[in-house]
Order: sequence, then structure tokens, then C-alpha cells
Amino acid sequence: MSTAEIVDMITVVIDGFEVSVPKGTLVIRAAEQLGIQIPRFCDHPLLDPVGACRQCLVDIEINGRAFPKPQASCTIPVEPGMIVKTQLTSPVADKAQQGVMELLLINHPLDCPVCDKGGECPLQNQALSSGHSESRFQGVKRTFEKPINISSQVLLDRERCVLCARCTRFSEQIASDPFITLNERGALQQVGIYEKQPFTSYFSGNTVQICPVGALTGASYRFRARPFDLVSTPSACEHCASGCDMRTDVRRGKTLRRLAGEDASVNEEWNCDKGRWAFKYVTATDRLAHPQIRNSDGELVQASWPEALAAAAQGLKASASAVLVGGRTTHEDAYGYSKFARIALNTNDIDFRSRVSSDEEREFLATHIVGSTTTYLDIDRADQVVLVGFEPEEESPIVFLRLNKQFRKRALKVTSIGSKLSIGVEKLKGEFVKVAPGEEATAIAGLPLTAKSVILIGERASESAGVLTAVAALASSTSAKLAWIPRRAGERGALEAGAIGNLLPGGRPVTDASARVDIAALWNTPSLPTSVGRSNDEIYAAVISGELGALLVGGVDPLDGLNSKAALTALEKAFVVSLEIAPSEVTQRANVILPVAAITEKSGSFLNWEGRARKFDAAVDNSLNRSDLRILSMIAQEMGVSLNLGTVTAAAKEIAAIGTWDGARVSMKPIKSEKTSSLKDNEFVLTSWRRLLDLGTLQKGEDNLAGTARQCVAVISSKRAASLGVVDGDQLKISSALGAVTLPALVEDIHDDAVWAPRNSRGSQLLVNLGATHGAVVTVVKI
Amino acid sequence: MTQLVPVLSAHWDEKDSFTIEAYTRHGGYKASQKALTMDPDAVIQLVKDSGLRGRGGAGFPTGMKWGFIPQGDNKDHYLVVNADESEPGTCKDTPLLMANPHVLIEGCIIACHAIRAKHAFIYIRGEVTHVVRRMNQAIEDAYKAGHLGNGVELVLHVGAGAYICGEETALLDSLEGFRGQPRLRPPFPAIAGLYARPTVVNNVESIASVPAIIANGAEWYQSMGTEKSKGTTLYSLSGHVNNPGQFEAPLGITLREILELSGGIRTGHTLKFWTPGGSSTPIFTQDHLDTPLDYEGVSAAGSMLGTKALQIFDETTCVVRAVLRWTEFYKHESCGKCTPCREGTWWLVQILRDLEAGKGTEADLAKLLDLCDNILGRSFCALGDGATSPITSSIQYFRDEYISHITHGGCPFDPVASTLFVGAGA
Amino acid sequence: MAYSTEDLVIMDSIIKRYPRSRSSIMPLLHFVQSRIGYVDGEGIELIAKLLTLETAEVSAVASFYTQYKRKSVGEYHVGVCTNTLCAVMGGDAIFAGLKAHLGVENDGVTADGKVSLEHIECNAACDYAPVVMANWEFYDNQTVQSAKDLVDSMRQGNPQPPTRGPNSLVTWKEASAVLAGINDGKAHEGIQAGEPSLLGLKISKEGK
Repeated sequence: MSTAEIVDMITVVIDGFEVSVPKGTLVIRAAEQLGIQIPRFCDHPLLDPVGACRQCLVDIEINGRAFPKPQASCTIPVEPGMIVKTQLTSPVADKAQQGVMELLLINHPLDCPVCDKGGECPLQNQALSSGHSESRFQGVKRTFEKPINISSQVLLDRERCVLCARCTRFSEQIASDPFITLNERGALQQVGIYEKQPFTSYFSGNTVQICPVGALTGASYRFRARPFDLVSTPSACEHCASGCDMRTDVRRGKTLRRLAGEDASVNEEWNCDKGRWAFKYVTATDRLAHPQIRNSDGELVQASWPEALAAAAQGLKASASAVLVGGRTTHEDAYGYSKFARIALNTNDIDFRSRVSSDEEREFLATHIVGSTTTYLDIDRADQVVLVGFEPEEESPIVFLRLNKQFRKRALKVTSIGSKLSIGVEKLKGEFVKVAPGEEATAIAGLPLTAKSVILIGERASESAGVLTAVAALASSTSAKLAWIPRRAGERGALEAGAIGNLLPGGRPVTDASARVDIAALWNTPSLPTSVGRSNDEIYAAVISGELGALLVGGVDPLDGLNSKAALTALEKAFVVSLEIAPSEVTQRANVILPVAAITEKSGSFLNWEGRARKFDAAVDNSLNRSDLRILSMIAQEMGVSLNLGTVTAAAKEIAAIGTWDGARVSMKPIKSEKTSSLKDNEFVLTSWRRLLDLGTLQKGEDNLAGTARQCVAVISSKRAASLGVVDGDQLKISSALGAVTLPALVEDIHDDAVWAPRNSRGSQLLVNLGATHGAVVTVVKI
Repeated sequence: MTQLVPVLSAHWDEKDSFTIEAYTRHGGYKASQKALTMDPDAVIQLVKDSGLRGRGGAGFPTGMKWGFIPQGDNKDHYLVVNADESEPGTCKDTPLLMANPHVLIEGCIIACHAIRAKHAFIYIRGEVTHVVRRMNQAIEDAYKAGHLGNGVELVLHVGAGAYICGEETALLDSLEGFRGQPRLRPPFPAIAGLYARPTVVNNVESIASVPAIIANGAEWYQSMGTEKSKGTTLYSLSGHVNNPGQFEAPLGITLREILELSGGIRTGHTLKFWTPGGSSTPIFTQDHLDTPLDYEGVSAAGSMLGTKALQIFDETTCVVRAVLRWTEFYKHESCGKCTPCREGTWWLVQILRDLEAGKGTEADLAKLLDLCDNILGRSFCALGDGATSPITSSIQYFRDEYISHITHGGCPFDPVASTLFVGAGA
Repeated sequence: MAYSTEDLVIMDSIIKRYPRSRSSIMPLLHFVQSRIGYVDGEGIELIAKLLTLETAEVSAVASFYTQYKRKSVGEYHVGVCTNTLCAVMGGDAIFAGLKAHLGVENDGVTADGKVSLEHIECNAACDYAPVVMANWEFYDNQTVQSAKDLVDSMRQGNPQPPTRGPNSLVTWKEASAVLAGINDGKAHEGIQAGEPSLLGLKISKEGK
């Protein structure tokens, strides 16, 4: 234990019982240690104390000196010699609490029978435990127009509000999105927005969750269920690599809502709106229900499982095959794909990176990331955090919240290397090192970091040659910690599982004989393929050139790559076995389709960016859908190979048995960055990222959520805007050789060479529309 | 008989009293010159020795407040003057600033020197356009004369209609550009006030009293007043009296003395009830005419000296109407932050309206008192406490009058009889 | 845009009065009222932009303070004190009289846009009760009749001067500029103190 962690303990007496708690603990929380529940509304352990609702009043004396009046236990830290009497032992405290409760209820509509919160409402519960059964109020209650939409997904019933300010404090203190505020004054005080600026925070759902009454409700859940009809299952979020603990509430086999779970070391008690509200894709009406086989007429027809499995096995056996597995699989499923490739297909041609990627990245992941142990705690302790190809608020929202917490608490210095200043970095008052797209490596090289610094690398770092080489050099020269934060929930697990061409499970290089011996022994197979496998793009190319004949594809969107045309051509040409939940560009071209379970229908785990396992059980029991792992085992069996991975538990056990690799790592071939050539008047270098809320397939069917997505714009600098005669709102056409997108202009802080547009938003799907992302030269004209 | 001693108001009767010329003519800005040659700690000690206590209501020793500011902490310190005079009945700072804004500026210069502040703010209520003009002109003139700008910057900050901003932490939030709602204490302003820096918040009259103390010495100031309430202060007499106005006298003068000096209760009428220090201080009656109006005397008699706002009501006034109106004020001015004050004042008004209209019951009186018990000492700040004062004290002294509203089925008083222009054909 | 380049220069100077820019919200809101007459959306959005705040943060502040108006008030905004002391001494009668005389309710504006009426809280002039304010200038010791005469003079475009204030009554917008801290050169106008303010001094000088 370091000195910083030695804490002074203070002993106090509460209702006659002694308790020792760390110095600084609030009385209300010291009481919790004894199991004494002091009623409260405004208090929230993760928000600054405010003392507004006055529900938690208790009697306090310190060394024999009594406070003349009851004190709010949520604002007073313990002190030596403190004696606290709560409502249980002090008639004064009890009357004070009853009095406050009565006052809270005089203007409350008591509409519990029609309120979403009824049955899980702190006001309802505490009114029963600490209130009078009858009110003395005979007057006229305050009423408001109800409800009002403060965004497309959050509704506000002001007359239910007890003005605890949890929501407004959350928005300001946690999310730094003060779009909701307390307005007016006195008895008319109310939560609200500015009329033209809805509550478009990525974190707005948390306010619904922490509202201690039914004042804030979610549009998607409003009037859908009673809490006591729901079955809750602990779960993990599948939307990104943050690793949020979640709770999934199901009624009669249907997921009705998802809430942030509590995990102090990861998401604390928060999550983002995508994690909370994007789950309808699971119950979408177009879910694949039955296996299908493409018949001799080229039509997909329904098939039995045995037929489909046999067809799949036959197709995969018939020629050289490769595996494409998306970044959304569980750790166990990814392990299944990894093992399947090696022992059923005898190949290292497997890649989970179904997105823009590079060989430099693959080597970087194998040398620096697999097995790495940087965590949220390292952010908490960092003297500086550097962001490379990474926008935390858009691409891993809980990482953003953690950075923001440290920024607000201790002014943590955040440095972002990029071409456009983002809203998130602005909120963190980060140092913005502005470079032309593609020239990040130079900026990275000079950063003065220490061993307490943390470099957070996004998956987009692979899009500029030399960046990861520079990052690796910086880390080695400064001893700064590295972490890689991909967007997708399954990528870190897939990396650890060896679902990539240069690694076997547990970070073992495929080219290392002793590493292969380890794994071959475990898998009970005589040998394993020895050369580094093909990458994503190489696999597609090999299909087109005829070197590969079949593909096993799980959860891949071929349009996510830079060369989607080649991907689609390859999928047309190859014998494709597709494991999917819903029709996709892959299933359209598949020879065999095998429907798989969605996240809520299966158990398993994700490894978040830290490499921390996020285990979950099936939230929906009665699903007939099988996990990828189970189906892979069945195909293997058809091929005469035994995967021995019949269940998730079996896979987890096997993974645990592998352990980490302490042998030599792959070495990284340094890559030089490429300078962009000089630009003509209308030429710009494209830069972009995906917004948190966009056209992602897992957000399908969530119109309320989509309503809070950020505006789609094309961003250029004021200098370039002036030379093009462009002002905010003008229509800009961004063109590549392949196509064009047209978006309203926004003049912002961006490198003069660069134009920014969202990568996958309505009207701006750059990979499909332009076939370009970051670093490509495009032309921009005002239309 | 206590004599009036005009110190702050000594030259208000000169037509140009508000100008820098008039102020300098009477020795203005000499005290600050003197103070600037003194060690800051010696200035604090002198103010401590003088016995000056806060004139905004609470009576906290001013020198001690200054002494709380951490020294040598390499942080910016701030002086904030509370000129948000809004307590019903209180009308002393406004005439002071209208007639002599420079005395406040000089007080600020001295106080800043003492607490090692380079920046001072005067937070003035927004509903006094001409006082804002005078104050800003005075600041401009003091800059031109070099009194300001050489080590002390002074900014006049104009409020916008919120009584709660007279509460010092709400004032600080308002000055920082937030809604004027009170802050949690601790941290106290002396440690983390304006912009979370060590800050002294003083009332106008407290700071304006400082130049004379520096000029004439602590002993001079100490020689006036009572044992624990030193010096002179402005008593504001208003209401049903023949001659309302400002009376500067040593602390401890009685209402009887002030009435005798000024010409007494409205002719033909008798004193019914009065406030010693604004509407938040429990009311007094005839029985308190001889209560010494100092911090201890008023407190011992069950009220508070407050702002020394002596609002006089004669027998024509309905106490229930008076209390209802004050309660409506507190409801209107409650900031909304805490439950007891926000909801409590809302409910109190409803009950009192019924009582005044003769629709109440005796049980409502008990409810009213119990409700006050649930607000007093349960609210976040003193506004809620203040809201209960007129109710509980009026029921204490005039319970029968409340009952008579119930039995009479309405208010037994003629509101016209209490107006100033009764009989004037208005 | 309702703001000229000079206006923006003034707003910038208001911001620069303070060590931290957010402190300037209140004077900036007064300034918006001096240009528009009340706090409108454009004003809120402009202040938010100038101070790099969210619009909600500015509107939250604006809605807290009663002097910031949500809609146009009259050229002369008349406030009748109806807090206890003034009310008892005639403020209630004055307010009722003005409502009837002007044909408006509380917060109402006459059709000609000249006069608006509001009942206000204690305005720190209790020794001059009953008190009426116009554009936050003092009209002391009012009666129902004097108040009616006052508003009539306003509607005729020739308002009576304040009792303690400048030589002539400025408009609502002009007064708002003063509250924003802009010197209109009228500080020296009007009396230094009214009689009640001087009463104690006078008695003292008479040797009592």
C-alpha cells in the first residue's frame, strides 16, 4: 500500500452504535455502514453534496456540544467525538424528517398508479417509511403542463419533481452537459432546458435513472411496464469497449429497458444513452430465425439445422478457407473462431478487425497491447493523458466520464493529437495539438511524458502510417503507460483469443515454435499453421485472386472497411458461411446462413479495453438461438474435428488454462509517416470519426435515441471558409473519386488542410459514399 | 436621554454631499491614506479594538471577520460589500449611498489593505437606478483621483431583484454569474468565497463606518454604545409615525427615545406592534418601548437587532394582514433550493390567506405553528427561519386577533384607516 | 442581429470588468434589456456565445431574477410597493387605483406601450412610504391621486421627474443601460437626500 492510500479512520457513535469510517466520510454514509438508512433525495454518492432536500436531518453533537438544530447528514463529514442520533433515536430528527416529507408531498400529484416510478420510487418508499399516512394540506397543488419533452428520449413531469437537482448536478458535474438547469425561483422553481436547445447529452439517460421520483422518464419505457413485472438480469454492455456493468429488465421474454449497473472500478453508476436505449435490434422483426441454404437456383431457402451444418462443413472443407469475425463477439465466441480457424481450417487467416486497419496496427497490438494491464485506475492516477486517434466521448463514453471526473477533481491535463477539436476535448479543456491528417506521428514524438502518463490509443490510430510506431517509441522513451481503446466491445477479447493472423490465444505469436507447442498441446492437435495469416483486406484480395475459396463470416459489416467494393466482390465469389442475427450485406451473399443468439440471449463475457472480463448471463431464458460458439462446435463436428467447446463454461475454462505468454513478443517493424503533398484550392485532407449516435446497426429502430444525435456537418477552418466564401450553414459537397456527400458547413477549430465529416451518420457514410476516411485528399465545393 | 450622533450622516445635508469634492472637503480619503501607511494587521487590530460589529443583521465582529482571512497564502483575496438592501423595512444603505458614496469607497480601500485584497466588489440591488448612477460616478471619480486603481480595483455589480442575494453565499453565487442560491458552509467565505478564494463579505454600513474609526481611533468609537455593542448606527424609522426617517445614534437607544426625538406615533393613534430590525425579526409591542436597541438587548427580549429597521404599526393595522403580506414576500423571494422554505412558505401563504379571509379554523393556528416549527432550523439558510418570525411572534402577542378573524368571518379592520392619506380624499 | 458593433464593444468591456467572465452575465442581461427592452432569445444566445456557456445556463440565471423581463414592458415601468409597510400605508390602494386607471392587471402594459404596472417588494425607502418606482427611480410619499397623475404624465409623454433621482425620468431602456453600468452623466442631478433621510441630522443639529 502506498502512502497515498493510508487513510485516517474516525470513530463515531450513531444511534448508540460505534462505527469507524475513513476521514471525510459523510454522516449519512457512516450510518449506512451500520445498516441505518437515513431517508434522502438530493444525496447521491457520486455528486457533490448539496443539502437541498433536507430529508436527511439528524441530531448531532460533537464532544458534548450539540448543534442547536438538526443537521443535513448528507453534507456533514464525520468528526472525532461525534454522536449522531437519527430518526431512530431522536424525536427531534424524526419530527424534522416527517415535516420535510409532508412538505415534499403537498405539491406532489400522488399519481403513483400511473407513474413509471411506482414500485421503485424513493419518494414512495420513504413516504411510507418516514411520512404521515394523511396530509394536513388542504390547499391547491401546484400544477404544470405535462409532460414536456426535454429531448426526444427524456420527458419531464414537473409536478412530480422534488427539486433535488440530481439531474442538473449530474449534467453539470459528471457529463459537463449543462443543457438542463434549474429555472425560475421559489415555489415555481423547475427543471428545464433552454427552449431551443434540447437535452442532447450522450449521458441523459442517467438522469432518468437517478431521478428519485417519476419526474424524468424515458420515452421508450414510459407506460410500458410496472417494475414488479420485470425480471432483472445483471449484464454487460455490448456497444463499446468501455465495459459498462448493466442490468437488463425483461418482461415475458422481451427486454423492456436496460439500466446502468454499479461497478466502482469501471462505470461507477453511469452509462451512455446508446448502452441504455439501443437494444431493440435484438427484438427486431427481421431477426433470422432459421438456417438457410442457397439452392442451385441461387435462392436462399429455409433449411434444417443438420442440412445447413452439413452444407457449411462441406463448403468450408472444399477449398482453402479463412475466418472473418467482427469486433462484437464475446471473448468465448472469439476464442471459438480462433480455434476453429486453426484446427478445423488449418489456417491463420483470421482477422477480427472488420474495419479500417493496418499491418502496423497488427504488429503494434501483438507487441504492446495483448496482455496489457492499463486500467481506469491508471487514468485516475495519471499526471497527463494523451489521446491519439481517439475521441473518448464519441468512441468510449465511460472513458470520457472518467477523464472528466479527474479533470473536474484535479484539473487532469488531457492532450489530444488530432486535426479537429471535438466537443469532448473542449469540455475537458484539453490541450489540442492540431496537425494535418496523416501528420500525427511528428506531434507525438516530442511529447514530454512521464511514467505516470497514460497514452490512450484509438482504433483510428491505425489510419495514419507511422502513428503507432511513434506511440511505441514515445512509450518506451518515457515509460508512459499505453492503452488501446477500440470502439467495439469484442475487439480486446478477440485479440486475447488470437482471432488475428499473427497471434494464437494468450498473446502467443504464431511464428514462435514454443508458443505453438503450448497451444497445440492444449488443443490436442499435432501441429498448428506456422506462418502469419492474412489480414482482412488480404483475405478479400485472396478470394478475388482465387487463393481462397471459402469464408466463415461472423458479425461482419463489409461496408466498414476502406475497400467495401472488394469486400462485396469477394463475398459474391467465395463460398460464404454466415453466422448472423439479422439479414445483412453478408447474408445476402452467403451460401449458408446460421442464425445466432443476440447478446441478451446468451451468456459469456467481453474483455473491455482494460482487458477486464465483463461476464453476463442470458437475460432472456427462452431463446432458441444458439451462441456462435455452439454453432462453430457443430460445424467442426460435421467436419470431423472436435472443438471441445460445447458450452461457454468449457470455453472459459480452456481460456483460463492458457494463461499469459511470457516468451518473446513479435517485434514491430517501424513504419514511417507519409507527408501529404501540397493541396490545391479546393482540396482538403479528410478526417472523421464515428459519432456515438449514428447509423450503427445496433441502433436500428431507436428513433427516440436517434433524435439526440449530433448534427451532421462538414467542418472546415475559418481561413479556408473565408477563401471559399463559406459561412455556417452553407452546403458543402465533399467529393472523392468514388462519390460525394453534401453537408451543411460549420466553421470550427480544425487544421487548415482538413475537412471533417461524421463517418457513418445520416447523409454522411464516408466509407460507402467516398470510400475514404482519414488522410484521403478530397475536394470541397460550396453549392 | 440618548443623543443622536451623526457620523455617517454628518454631512448629508450639504447639497453636493455625494461628490468627491464635498467628501474631500470634510477630510475624506485621509483615513485611507493613514491606513495605507499602517501594517495591515494593525488595521485589523484597530477595527477589532473599536468593537465594530456587522451592521447587516448578524452583528459579527468586523475585525474578527477580517482576521479570518488566511495571510501569506499567495491567493487572490476579495472584499465584497453587501449593498443588496432588501429586508422589508430596511432603508439605511440606500440613502447613505445616495448621499455619500465615497465613504464606502474609502472604507473599501482600507478594508482591502487590511485583508490584502486587490479587488473589491459592491453588490448593489438593481432596483435603485439613481443610487447606481451615484455609486458608479463616485467610483469613476475615485479612480481619476488615484484613490482607486493604485492597488485596489473596485467594481459595482448591479443585482436584478432577488432578496436572497442579501444572504452572503447566495450573493457570491450571483456575483459569479449563477442563480443566487445559498452555498453549503463550510467552506466559509473567509476560506473559499468569491471564485473559491478567501473573501470578506461586509454590509455597506459596516465598511462605511471604517474610515471614521481609522481617523478618530478605536477608543473614540468604543466610547459610544453599550458594553458589547459599540459605536453608532443608523436606525430607520418608518410607518405610522409623524416623522419617519434616519436616526444615527449610539447603539442601545430605545424606540421610546427615538419616538420622542422624532415626534412620536401618528397623532391620535397608539403603537400596536413594530419590528426592531426588519420583517425577519420577531415583532415587538408597546411592552418593548424601553428595550435597548443593541445586539444583546433586542436578543434578550426575544427578537434580533437585525438591520435596525423600525417599522411602526398603529392600532389601525391588522396584524394578520401584515403578517400575510410578509409571508407572501418570503414565498416570492424563496430561492427554491430547499424543501422547507420553498414548500413551507407556499403552504403558509395558503393558510394565512384563509385565516385573513375568515375561512380558517383554530386548528389552522396550531397547524401554522407546527409548520413554522418544521421550517425554522430545518431550512438551508436563514430566509426560511425569517419567514416564521412574524408568524410565531404575532400569534404570541395577538392570538386573539387571529381568532377574531375566524369568529368575525373575515378581517375586522378597515384597511383605509391605516393608510397615510386617510381622510385626504384619496 | 439587433446589436451594433459598438454594442459588442460595450459588452466586451462589461465582460472585462471581472476577473472571470461568467460574472458578467447579470450586467450583460441588463444590457440586453437596454437594447431590446426585455431578455429575448437572441440576447440569451449572444451572451452564451460571448461567455462560452450553454444557453440553458444563461436562461437559468435570467429566470431567477425578477428584474429581467420575458416580454416588453412599458416605456415607463411602474412598480408599486405592496410589501407590508407600504401596503398598509396606502400601497394596496395605489396599486388598485392604478390598475383601474390604466385598465391593466399586474404585469400588464397599456395599449400605447407607454406604461406597465407591477407590484413590487420592499424597495428600501420605507421612510418615504408609500413608494412608487418608475424605471427603478423613486417617487416618494405617493397617494392614489398622485400616482394616477404620475402615470398620466407618462402617457402624455412628459413624465414627472422622480422625487430622488435625475431631473427627468429616463426610459426603461435607458435605465437598464445605467444598471448595466453605463454612465449617462446624470449622477449629479437631483437632490442628495430627501427630508426623512436628513431628519436625524436636523434634530441633532437643533441640539436635541
